[in-house]
This record gives sequence, C-alpha cells and structure tokens, in this order.
Amino acid sequence: MSQISARQRLYRRSRSSIFHGFDPVLTAAVALLLVIGTLLVYAATRDWYARNGLDPQYYLKRHVINIAIGVLLAYGTTVIDYRLLRAYTPIFWGLSVLGLVIVLIPGLGSTVNGARAWISLPGGFQIQPAELAKIAIIVGMSMLLSERSHNSNEPSSQDVLQALLIAGLPVLLIIVQPDMGTAFIISASVVTIIAVSGAPSRWVAGLLIVAVLGAVVATKAGVISEYQINRLQTFVDPTADTQGAGYQLRQARITVGSGGLLGTGLFNGPQTNGRFVPEQQTDFIFTVAGEELGFVGSGLILLLYLLVLMRAFSIARRTTDPFGRLMTTGVIAWFAFQLFENIGMTLGLMPMTGVPLPFISYGGSSMFATLIGFGLLQNVHARSKG
Amino acid sequence: MNQRSRLNLLVFQILVISLMVALFGRLFYLQVASGPKYRDAALSIQSRDVIYPATRGLIVDSSGVPLALNKVGLAITIDRIAIDQQPDQGIAVMQRLSKLLKLKYKDIYRNTRLCGELPTGQRAGCWTGSRYQPIPITKDADPDTALQIVERSDQFPGVDAEPIAIRNYPGIVGLNAAHVLGYVGPLTDSDLAKGDGKQYFRSESIGKSGLEFSYDSYLRGTPGIKTLIVDRKEAVTSQRQDTASIPGNHLVTSLDARLQSAVEVALEDAVLRGRANGYTSDSGAAVVMDIRNGQILAIASYPTYDPNAFEKGLTVQQASDLYSEKKGVPALSRALQGLFAPASTFKTVSVIAAKAAGYNLNASYDCPSEVQVGDRAFQNFESKSQGLMSLEKAIAVSCDTIWYRIAFDEWLRDGGLRPKSNPNDYFFKAAQSFNITQRVGIDVPSESTSRLADRAYKKSWFQQNKDFYCNYTERASKEQQTPFLVLLAKENCVDGDKIRAGDAVNFSIGQGDTVVTPLKLTQMYAALGNGGTIWQMMLGKAIVKTDGTVIKTMAPKKLGKLTASKSTLKFLQGALREVNISGTGAGAFAGFPISVSGKTGTAEVFGRNPNGSLKDNTSWYASYAPTEKPRYAVVMMVSQGGFGASTSGVGVRKIYEALFGVSENKIVPGAALFPDGKPPVKLPKISPATKPKVAP
Repeated sequence: MSQISARQRLYRRSRSSIFHGFDPVLTAAVALLLVIGTLLVYAATRDWYARNGLDPQYYLKRHVINIAIGVLLAYGTTVIDYRLLRAYTPIFWGLSVLGLVIVLIPGLGSTVNGARAWISLPGGFQIQPAELAKIAIIVGMSMLLSERSHNSNEPSSQDVLQALLIAGLPVLLIIVQPDMGTAFIISASVVTIIAVSGAPSRWVAGLLIVAVLGAVVATKAGVISEYQINRLQTFVDPTADTQGAGYQLRQARITVGSGGLLGTGLFNGPQTNGRFVPEQQTDFIFTVAGEELGFVGSGLILLLYLLVLMRAFSIARRTTDPFGRLMTTGVIAWFAFQLFENIGMTLGLMPMTGVPLPFISYGGSSMFATLIGFGLLQNVHARSKG
Repeated sequence: MNQRSRLNLLVFQILVISLMVALFGRLFYLQVASGPKYRDAALSIQSRDVIYPATRGLIVDSSGVPLALNKVGLAITIDRIAIDQQPDQGIAVMQRLSKLLKLKYKDIYRNTRLCGELPTGQRAGCWTGSRYQPIPITKDADPDTALQIVERSDQFPGVDAEPIAIRNYPGIVGLNAAHVLGYVGPLTDSDLAKGDGKQYFRSESIGKSGLEFSYDSYLRGTPGIKTLIVDRKEAVTSQRQDTASIPGNHLVTSLDARLQSAVEVALEDAVLRGRANGYTSDSGAAVVMDIRNGQILAIASYPTYDPNAFEKGLTVQQASDLYSEKKGVPALSRALQGLFAPASTFKTVSVIAAKAAGYNLNASYDCPSEVQVGDRAFQNFESKSQGLMSLEKAIAVSCDTIWYRIAFDEWLRDGGLRPKSNPNDYFFKAAQSFNITQRVGIDVPSESTSRLADRAYKKSWFQQNKDFYCNYTERASKEQQTPFLVLLAKENCVDGDKIRAGDAVNFSIGQGDTVVTPLKLTQMYAALGNGGTIWQMMLGKAIVKTDGTVIKTMAPKKLGKLTASKSTLKFLQGALREVNISGTGAGAFAGFPISVSGKTGTAEVFGRNPNGSLKDNTSWYASYAPTEKPRYAVVMMVSQGGFGASTSGVGVRKIYEALFGVSENKIVPGAALFPDGKPPVKLPKISPATKPKVAP
C-alpha cells in the first residue's frame, strides 16, 4: 500500500463525521472542565460586578466567547493533518518570538502583576505571546528531534542543540518580562521532550543541572527582579509580608481550606464573593472551586485533569509516529506542569507565579493555546488509528 | 520508539501521577484535615459582629422600689463607615457637631476612633466597640439639639440622633447609695484581659463597682449579635445571623429605700453635728442589718457622689474630686473600707475574755482614775475615779481601768514579755471567736479586712518593720528623730515582736493596733444580739427574671458561732441595755419608747490632719434593738467625730426613729417602716414604676 493512498484514506475517513477520530473520553473530560471553568469564572465575578454596578455577566460572556473561539481553533487543529503543521511551524515560531519582543517595547507591551507579558489590542483585548510560544516550541522541538538527518534511532547532540536553540530564544525573552512561571513550564517541557526523544541521558542530566544553577545565578545576579524574589521569599515564609504576595497566598489557602469537604455551594462562597483573593477569575480560580465546591468538587477537577493526562499518555504510546509522540509528550508536560504550578501555588506548594489554570482560568490567549494543545492531542490520536 | 524513550516516557508518566497525588494530598490536608481551622480563619476575615446590648436588669429594694433602672436618653451617634467615605473623612461634619454640642473637636475625633487606631498614650476616650455600629458622642443630648441634627441632615451626614437606654439611679425618696449600687461603664481592654471566665462583648456596658459589678453577669443579659458579611472593601454583602438580645435579670436586694434615705440623712446630720461641736468630722458610715440572717437593710458612707455622673460622662474635675483628700475621698466607702479602732465598743470582747479567765461577772471591781502598768500609768477615760462598781455598770459607764487591771494581770499570768509556750490568751481568743480577721463577706467588692493585734499579728508586723526600727537613726526622717520616738524605736527593735504590757492593756479597751470596719462591728453586735451567730452580710436577696421567675435566691450563711456561754451573752445583753438606761448612751436615748441595747466608743487617733491639727477621736455607736426580741443591728461611725454618744449615738437614735416610726418619743401608729416588725420576706413584683410605701 502506497503512502499516498493511505493518506487519502485517512483523509476520507476524517471527512465522514466532524467528530470522527476524537477520543471520546478525552473530549468529555475537557468539555466538563470547560463547563466547570465557565461556572467558576461566573462565580468569581458575578457578585462583585453586580455590587459595584457593573454587568455581572461581563466575564461570563467573554469567557464563553473565548471558549467558542478556542473550540474552533481546536477543531481546526484536529482536522488538519498535523504533518502539515511542520510547514507552518517556523512561521508560528517567528510570530511568537516577534510578539515576545514587542511586549518588551514600552508603549506596546502592557505590564500586569510586574510582568510585561501582554500586547494590548484595540477594544480592550490583550494577547499574551508567551502562550503561543509554548505551542511553537513544542511543535518545533518535536519536529527537529523526530526528523533525523542521519540514520540513527536517537537524536544526535546536534539535533538536541538545535532544539534547545528553538526553545532558548523565546524562554530568554520570557525571563526578561519576567514571567518565571511560564519560563519554568516551558523549560520543564523542553527537558521532558528531550528525555522522551531518546536523546543521550547526559543531555537530560546536564539540562537539569543547568536549570538548578541557572535559577541560583539568576536570583543572585538580579536577573530575577525584586518582585520575583519577594514572591519566592513569601513562599518560603508566608508571614514575611502581610499585604503583598504572602497575603495573597495566605488568603488563597484560607479560602480553599474553608471550603471543607462539600464547599459552600456554587455562588455562595463569602471569601469569593467578598473578593478577598486577588486574580480569582484567572490565576487563583482554583480557590473558587475550593471554597464553593469543597474537596469533592475540586477533587473532581483534579481527577478530570488526571484523566486528560492519562489519555494523552496512551495516545503517546499508541502512535507510531515519533513526531506525534514527542508533540503529545510536550503537550502533556505543558499541561501537567502548568496545572501543577497553578494549583500548587494556590495550595501553597509552589511559589507564586502568574500562570493560568488550563481549560478553566479566564483569559483568551491561554484558553486558545490550551485548546489548540487539546486539538494537537486529538490530531495525533486520530492519525494513529488503523 | 527506542528503549530509552519508552523508559523515559514511563518515568515521566510516574512523575505526572506523583504530582497529581501531591496535589490531592495537599488538597485533602487543607480542606478535610484542616478545614475547620481555615473556616474559622475565613470567618474572621469575612464577618463583622455588631453587638446590640441587652437591657440591663433592675436593682430594686426589698419591696420592689427601683434603685437602678434604665432611662431613655437621646444619643447623638456617628456612623464611622459613612463619615470615612466623605471626601475629608468627616472632618467638617465633626467640626460642625463640636460647635453644636459645645464639645471639643479633639474629643469627638477620639470618641469615634477605634482604640487601635490611636497611638498609645492618646487612647483616652477611644471607642471600644466596632466600626460597624453607631458610635455615641453623648448619650443624654437635649431634644432641641437632637432635632437640629435630624432636621439638618444635609449638614450632618453620618450623624444621627436616636433614643437609647442608659443606666439611671433614680434616687427615690432622696437616697443615694452610690457606694453599694456602683455604676456601669464601657468595657475596657483591661476588663477583657482579666480573663475571669466571664464572656464579654466589646462595646458592652458592664458593672464597674458595687452591686452592678458583683451581679453583673445576671444584670447584663445577653447582647444581640448581628453578623455581617463584608467584602474586601468592607462593604456589607449579607447578614449571617441575627440573634435578639436577652434582657438582663433583676436583682432584689434587702435594702429598703426609705430606711436607706433616713440612714443617709442621719449620718450626714451626725457628721455635721460633730463639726458643729468643733470636731473635724471628716467622714462616716452607718449600717443597718437584719441580725437574724445578715441581710443589710441600709448602708451609707459619707461623703458620697452622684452615681449618675458616670453614665453622663465624668468631667476631669468630677473624676479628680472622687479621690481628692480635700473633698474627703468620696470614692472610698467608709462602711466597707474604713478601718478604725473600735474603742469601748470592744469591751464586750473583754467581758467574754474575763469570764473565760474565771472572773466573776457579778462581782464588784474598783474603777480608779489610773492603773500602774509596769513603769507607765494608764489613765481612765477623762481620768475619773468612779469607785467600786459591778461589771455591768463598768460597761454602762465605760470604765477603762477595770479592764487595764484584768488585762495586765492576765498578760503577766501568760508570762509577760517572756510568754509561756502555751499562753491562755483569753482576750485574743475571745476576739478571735468573732472572726474579726475574716471578712463579713458582703456581696460588693473592695471590702477591707479588719485587723486583730494578737501575737501572730505582732510577729508579722515585726518582720516587716524591724529593719526600720533597728536602724531608726538612719532610716527615719529628721522630723521623726525626737527623743521620744527614738526611744520608742529602740523599744520596738528589742521586743517589737512581743505583746507588751501596754499592748495587752490597750487591746482590752479596743485601742492600739486593732482596727475594724463599720461592717465588722455591725456583724459583731448582731452576733451579740442574736445569741451568738455570725452571719455573712448580704445585700442581694434574689435574682428574678423579667417574667417574674425566680432564678436564684441568696441563702443566708452562717460564718461562725461565738464561743461565749449563754449566761455570758445574757450578761452582756443586760449590760448593753444598761448603757442606754444609766450609762453613756442614756442621754442619746432618753425617752425612746423602744428599748435599744448599745455601746458607745470614743477611739483616740494618733497623727495630724493635713492642716496640722491633731486628729479628733473616732465616734462609734454600736447597737441592736429591740432589746427584748432583737431584730436590727445598727452601727454608726463618724471619723474624727468626737464622743461616741453625742455624735453617733444620737445619729443611731434617728435611724431607730425612722425604723420604728417614732416621733417625739412616741410610736406613731402605722409609721414603722416594717409594720409587722420585720423586713419583708416575700419577693416583690418588679416594675420600674414601683413607689415606696409612705407612712400616713
């Protein structure tokens, strides 16, 4: 059977139904997370906006629009043959690097919570190039590490170096913002991709050492801003600062803890409605789940994430295509580290950074990126059948 | 997929599962294991309690006449939340208000600040309540001012006038009773810090002294609590609970408003009479007790103060007057806290001692003008020689020398300055049988403990003072270095721990270091009158709920029993009656239609007044009546009031006149305060409108 006819058959099959090829469990889990997220975003903003004379559904409406756009993007990502992505990846990468440069230019980039991570667009919209960079890096690295220029079963050091270059430039730009949370997530994903690519172990070990040294040097040399160090310090000793990061972390923990086993019920959380936790529709949205849905509800969210990740692992195992496997691994690492960083911060396990919770937090760029990531998983799944 | 890829993917999967397990574990720890702790923490972040004080219970006399009740006052209040939101944080409003109320702006500013908002040292007058309740600037505004505030609400945004309950001591039939009723005041940080097991709410008014303090937990009731849920901007979002306040219970006392008023008048008269006779007469106390159960029917202290001043808000002048020496320290209750030598009233103790020592109470004894005790001669009162007389007569005319002789002889028999290992100590033991160093147990705070100058006292006194006396020339000031005082110091250093002849002799006539409160002497004379029972003194009779249910009755409590035999007590009762027939009290009680038994006391006091004059004698009169069927013990003391009989004796007669309804030596039918001869036993119906029964 020739390569071309197989491709045509795949193409035909994927045309037969718009849902054809979707992993039903993965899709259901993500859909449930999107629904829960929508309710939580509404719960986080409804009361406060109503009380202050604003439209209580302001965030809800925007969030639903974000999801709708994101779902379209995910669908698009799913149905195109991901092998076509390779053609667009360099453009995609170039655009995100350009975006990361633009945010650093005064007047063009806007600062939120101490990081110059946003490009303001007309109409109150903002985009966060770092979110798109995640996808570009994952796809780009997977491409480089799966296409061999030589006849070998594992990537050569040269391949690894090239891949690192692809990741390194955007990560540096993100560190300069500074957005340590995103830099951490990308770096951890990069190491994971390299490890799973079958590259020599010394690369993995070396990168881990470099990461630790880099963190130490960056802290000492002042590459990390005072703001970042404050956040780290208050992670170590939350009582050190009563109004800043320590205050926020403590409020978050109290809010989650006060939910108890069953929570106060959706829309009924006094901590949430009183808005004692900052950024509670974005970075701290898990506190809303903790307070209003309790251990039962927030545990369910964790289970859904676990389900998504485990499904993705089985996709990575089943595919015969090294590119698809590496890309899937990259997406898993991205989702896993990002949700761990976000929920871990909320629960006091991780230092405070500004990363959104995948599928749940309010925020267009993040929603688009995670749904594209979800599309990539579906894509690999669809093509690995048969 | 090569082997390493496969392995690394598995390692990665295990890592991801571990991370998820970590999140689960942490979530479980926060929400399930520590949930209650965080719920409490969240509650303190979100909720603000607003306290609505309960209506305080009434304090009434034994027939229901209110002694303390609640009055409606007009409070001018400031809403902190409202004025804080004004562009100038309410400065202009508070300035206008200070002009209208004629108060200083600074005072209003402080009144409306939470104590924590002000720097230490500038917190006087700060608001101890919460930010969410109206803060009163005055509680007794006049209606015109209140009306102006309400009508010009555009000028006074955030200011309101509203009627509130304030504590009021109505002073029915002119009574004052400030010292025993006490007063209420705002809860302070130190009250909260006491940790005395009582549950307080900030911004509550609590009893600060007297009955208001002792029975505060009953009177105060339970305040209503409204819990408001606020957001980060402190805006109220919802209300969690709203419990209504439970009004406080009423306190029925054994006091009688009419008698209290009469006792206060009689005491003031006595003090003024003392002054008219040329004595300093600086203060005094009078007590009437039911000798069958220890209940106090009236208790007065002079000088006194206006109990309503506290609720109105004391001015600096009023506050300093309370403790001013010049004004006689009105804050001090002489009845509870005054310690004075009992003088001849103490000879009743000496009779019991003499009897115990084997002296024949019916024999005759010589009453010379002086008795040689060691190397010193002790004079009879006014140095009169009165010849042979019975002991009964000796009590009646208050002969001192008979007791000097007996006391000195007994002191010698006990070994003098080298006491036997097991001395008889008849005098000390007779005194100890009256429980003198045990408090009378009255149910108001700050009662002083009377002092008995026995051997144990001497020892402890010496321990405290030997350093001073044994190094007198170095320690004492120049003015204290007179030859007499230096000699005295030398004596004190040598045998200050021992009862000396002079101490024994002074003890027998109630002079020296023995001092008692007027309450203690009342309790002692009540015991003599009732056949030897020492009762705990009580003001409270019962706690009654607003619906009339009796919650608690205070049962009379026996604290002790005199050791004296029945025959000794009988002898004493006869002697005390004789005092008012042929003795020192005969003048004061001449023609009184009801037989009264009593004893005068005129105690010498050492030292000088601030103006340099020598201190005058303490005037005592201690008594019970009617002699045949004793029911009441009445004691009056006037500090520096001169003779016992003429100052206090006459005063006590006036009290009996009111009690028994006597006018011009005749019993006026129906005028007695207690028509059946005893204070009411049945608890009264309680109403703020109850009026005292007035004799026709």
